[in-house]
Amino acid sequence: MRLQTHLARVRGLGSAKDGTHHWWAQRVTSIALIPLTVWFAISAATMAGLDAGAVAAWVAAPWNTVLLLLLIAATFHHLHLGVQVVIEDYVHGEAAKFAGILAVKFGSAILAVACGYAVLKVAFGG
Amino acid sequence: MSMDERPLSPHLQVYRFQWTMAYSIFHRITGVALGVGTLYFAWWLLALASGPEAFATVQSFSGSWLGRLMLFGWTWALFYHLGAGVRHLFWDAGMGFELDTAEKSGHAVVGFSILATLALWVVAYSVL
Repeated sequence: MRLQTHLARVRGLGSAKDGTHHWWAQRVTSIALIPLTVWFAISAATMAGLDAGAVAAWVAAPWNTVLLLLLIAATFHHLHLGVQVVIEDYVHGEAAKFAGILAVKFGSAILAVACGYAVLKVAFGG
Repeated sequence: MSMDERPLSPHLQVYRFQWTMAYSIFHRITGVALGVGTLYFAWWLLALASGPEAFATVQSFSGSWLGRLMLFGWTWALFYHLGAGVRHLFWDAGMGFELDTAEKSGHAVVGFSILATLALWVVAYSVL
């Protein structure tokens, strides 16, 4: 026996009202982050101890700029989705849960824009 | 009934230890730790955009024992979360659910994370 109404079935959104979008976005960003984080980790290790000029030159190389922007977008999207689930699991008061999730989303957006801006400023020789 | 009077279902203490449960919570812990690590990443990039002096401050902290310890921890957290994340993607595809396989894949993730972390730090020290 189905406990859903016909309308709920047609919408296919389930109890979270958002369907599988959160789950799917988490997976898509995770796949994107496999090559991006490995690339960044190796790059960062090979730049250990370099001064600002050398690191800025690395950031400003076109492909590095592009990959850094992709890394930033995927990282902060993946991060806010993941921390949202952690908050939903452990914070039970509705107000605190809502405040926590908003803080994580806003914080992730601020950090993403700040990091993206920093990369572009360095890339365009600011 | 208020929230704190509600009966709770049995929690951790009633379960026999299994590796898979430790690997599960470590995936979450490393994820949150990496979230904190993005603050360091942002500091690094913003300092670079601010100028050589600000960047030198970040680099000198990164080179301190505390900075190296934090970066080493984040390196391991990254490779653990990466490996465990790939393990999750296999589960999403319906593969590797047998208890024996799930335990072995967990051990493999730990092994990979340790080897990858050490390899990366060998590279970092070789260029220093």
